[in-house]
Amino acid sequence: MSNTNGNGTIKGITPRIGFYICHCGHNIAAMVDVEKVQKFVASLPGVVVSRDYKYMCSDPGQELVQKDIKELKLNRIVVASCSPLLHEHTFRRAVEKAGLNPFFFHMVNIRENVSWVTDNREQATAKANALARAAIQRVFFHKSLETKKVPINPDVLIVGGGIAGIHAALTIANAGKHVYLVEREPTIGGHMAMFDKTFPTLDCAACILTPKMSSVKNHPNITLWTYSEVEKVEGFVGNYKVNIKRKPRYVIEELCVGCMDCIDACIYKEAKYPDEFNQGLSKRKPIYIPFPQATPQVVLFDPETCIDFKSHRCKKTCIEACDRKAIDLKQVPEYKEINVGTVILATGFKTYDAEKSPQYGYKKFPNVFTSLEIERIVNASGPTNGEVLTKEGNIPKSVGIIHCVGSRDEKAHKWCSRVCCMYSLKLAHLIKEHTGAEVYNFYIDMRTPGKGYEEFYDKLMNEGVHFVRGRVAEVTDWALIPEEEHKLTIRVEDTLIGVVRRIPVDMVVLAVGMEPREDAQDIRRMFNISCSTEGFFLERHPKLAPVSTFTDGIFIAGGCQGPRDIPDSVAQAGAAAAEALSLISAGSIELEPNTASIIESFCSGCKSCIPLCPYSAISFNEGTKKAVINEALCKGCGTCVAACPSGSIIQNLFEDEQIFSEIDGLLKFAGIELEEMEVVNA
Amino acid sequence: MPDKPKIGFYWCASCGGCEESVVDLAEDIVMVADAVDIVFWPVAMDFKKADVEAMEDGSILATMINGAIRTSEQEEMARLIRRKSKIVIAYGSCAHMGGIPSLANEFTREQILEYMYQEAPSVVNPEKTRPMLEFKHNSQTVTLPEIRNLVRTLDQVIDVDYYLPGCPPTPKLLKAAVLTLLSGEYPPKGTVLSPDEALCEECPRKESKPTDLAFKHFYRPHQILFDNKKCLLAQGVVCMGPATRAGCEALCINGNMPCSGCFGPTSRVRDQGAKILSSICSNIDPKEEIAIDAVLDDIPDPIGTFYRYGLASSLLRKKVMED
Repeated sequence: MSNTNGNGTIKGITPRIGFYICHCGHNIAAMVDVEKVQKFVASLPGVVVSRDYKYMCSDPGQELVQKDIKELKLNRIVVASCSPLLHEHTFRRAVEKAGLNPFFFHMVNIRENVSWVTDNREQATAKANALARAAIQRVFFHKSLETKKVPINPDVLIVGGGIAGIHAALTIANAGKHVYLVEREPTIGGHMAMFDKTFPTLDCAACILTPKMSSVKNHPNITLWTYSEVEKVEGFVGNYKVNIKRKPRYVIEELCVGCMDCIDACIYKEAKYPDEFNQGLSKRKPIYIPFPQATPQVVLFDPETCIDFKSHRCKKTCIEACDRKAIDLKQVPEYKEINVGTVILATGFKTYDAEKSPQYGYKKFPNVFTSLEIERIVNASGPTNGEVLTKEGNIPKSVGIIHCVGSRDEKAHKWCSRVCCMYSLKLAHLIKEHTGAEVYNFYIDMRTPGKGYEEFYDKLMNEGVHFVRGRVAEVTDWALIPEEEHKLTIRVEDTLIGVVRRIPVDMVVLAVGMEPREDAQDIRRMFNISCSTEGFFLERHPKLAPVSTFTDGIFIAGGCQGPRDIPDSVAQAGAAAAEALSLISAGSIELEPNTASIIESFCSGCKSCIPLCPYSAISFNEGTKKAVINEALCKGCGTCVAACPSGSIIQNLFEDEQIFSEIDGLLKFAGIELEEMEVVNA
Repeated sequence: MPDKPKIGFYWCASCGGCEESVVDLAEDIVMVADAVDIVFWPVAMDFKKADVEAMEDGSILATMINGAIRTSEQEEMARLIRRKSKIVIAYGSCAHMGGIPSLANEFTREQILEYMYQEAPSVVNPEKTRPMLEFKHNSQTVTLPEIRNLVRTLDQVIDVDYYLPGCPPTPKLLKAAVLTLLSGEYPPKGTVLSPDEALCEECPRKESKPTDLAFKHFYRPHQILFDNKKCLLAQGVVCMGPATRAGCEALCINGNMPCSGCFGPTSRVRDQGAKILSSICSNIDPKEEIAIDAVLDDIPDPIGTFYRYGLASSLLRKKVMED
């Protein structure tokens, strides 16, 4: 296809193209012969000026373009430099300032796509030439476009009521904006609510968390929906429509005051079902409240275990006991639809399943516990009221804490979970404090970067906690010597002294690492964001946009983005709140005008496009029998454009002639003309 | 009446159906014959190449060429006719897009010759004789045209002014085209002389097309009994209608058969097969790869289904054999 004739004029417009190739210091120039590309492009039809410059994104670089636009009357600009993600806006703004519509600008990525991915200078230069040629042919067909502004709905949805979600909610609510905080569990608090003390200051976790929890509950700007899940998300930045399912508690939340008379009255006199909050180490009844400071203070039924749900033959003593008539066994799920402008995902993490590392004997030996179980055990309101006891009911005389369970392990997760060294130190301190036992820490490396963390490690060493450097091979009950009998023996190579040691202990604590939640992928899809290879939510930029995602208006905070401790989670939550508030404050957002539209006179009304739109932006006009795209809802994904079987949908910035001429430019470089592949007598 | 405009018809790699369609004008052919001089029409009247060569360049107002270009002779004739005609119209799917003959582009010339002259069940050819381009007999040289490796559309060989789509074009479109030519008001060069919307626009079953097709199975016409009122896609039959230019007035649908795409794509689409594939595949119900494959397995011959008339004009054009 030849979209241009000899003198480079198309449809009455003579493009006057300016081409600029950036050295990016050595980033590009070291691998691409920029001068060669500059000279090659200068020879292409339509190109009026071709230059290379050290840093195009710098002020002098931008001024170079602006000066040329004015003096040489350029009407198309191509810059070959880094990824458009970084500087497309910079150059569009620069072009606009010089009086040219910003969409006559096109960017070629010769850094991430060329110089950084090869060590062959010749090939890199050839590829840069080809991409530059493609872009030059493409901009011929660029059109003047207008960006449109859409208002930002000031309400914010926060998913997840752990410490990150709580902190973000309070920050935004305190700024006077409305927050919907949706939590899957019956109470907010997340993992932090399960902890006893926090490192390195040894503050009581509940003492610093529960005031924030009750602030959330009582804040006039926060709508708290616990025991609820997001089911569907539609829309785009500034205008998300979210559907939320409120699971039935079988208790009317507004009426229940948390007096727990119903729990006492339950026909089960003894609690007999594993208590989730206490990691199954204690029992609860079919009607329960997760923990004393649960927020909201509302009981709930577990229909799986309540007799009435199974046989309908319970005496329902609970209902009689409730003088507020708050129990409603006929309750059904409630579905809410809300409109919000921004979303913060703070869906947290899960701890590594220690059963997947069978060498440590979790679930095989009763006295092997996970760190989360020990958190509950040392907690005064935990299953043993804070007494650290073995399963046999004895105070342990020796305890081994195994670090990096599921972390830094080729067979489990390669990453360091960042918090385990510190919490292991904390647990070592607490166990020693509660029992006076000898505590051994088995570590690969001690990682204690953080304010006051290394000092805490020093303190522990002075407290007489033992540190053995080496990855534990196994935990076994096979006694070789009398001292090991009726004990768990930890077999480890002590790499500091270079011998294999066997250390018998009464109790083993597995410092399990942090991993993504099982349904992180579902959430990712629902909110149209990405996950990194480990499965944690992917930030837009690891350094410069750590709480943003590739979907505008969706932010992430806390353990869902990667392993982190409480201070970091809170800092991230604050950052995410600030990002959301910054959008809300701006009031409106400029949308990329890459939207699709239907040429009504050509649409045959075949409806092929309608079910494909992920944003429900396409509807069928029963009057005209044609499809219609709501431009305000279109996000420019291009799905309908590709699928329209009669080619009656066009997308700004991605029109067929733009794409085909770009491809043509690439192929031309390889000596192939799209329309003239001669294979007649091949 | 020497002043009547001159019209020609010629055929290349075609089945003869296009010629039939001219005759299908029925009584209107009298109108055409009255209005024009048919100076060249090998299927109906005896003409030799020399007769055409003798004509003055540009003396024919318009020649309608049907059939794909497959042999050296067809190339030669097409070029000759181009010289002699002011207007050349690619007539029918084969001239327009390659048509059924261009399905040969799935194979190399060698594969085709080997099968046709040696391997086909009805062939007995122990000497493996093949047609020769030249043969000397009694000091005379007899020649045969060469079969090309690639079947091409007419406009891949000569400059084409207009296209009359269809397998074959309908008499109504032919009549309209002739009247346009006689009117002297020519549409822009390159125009396909048929409405530029998809067939759904004029399909009598349009109302019954659901919004979400959600294909779970595909059926070939012999595998089910069609409901003769309901959209065929809704019945799980590959109907090319959404990706095919209108103008036939839904002839096949009215015969309770799916559109097979002979009118080609609209002017806005470069590759009809890719478009319908993109549209149909986007509407497959299962979302897991294995289940999607199972649904697609219901289409045993995708090229023959989606590119039945347009392989030569598609982006694929030809299967390239690696040595």
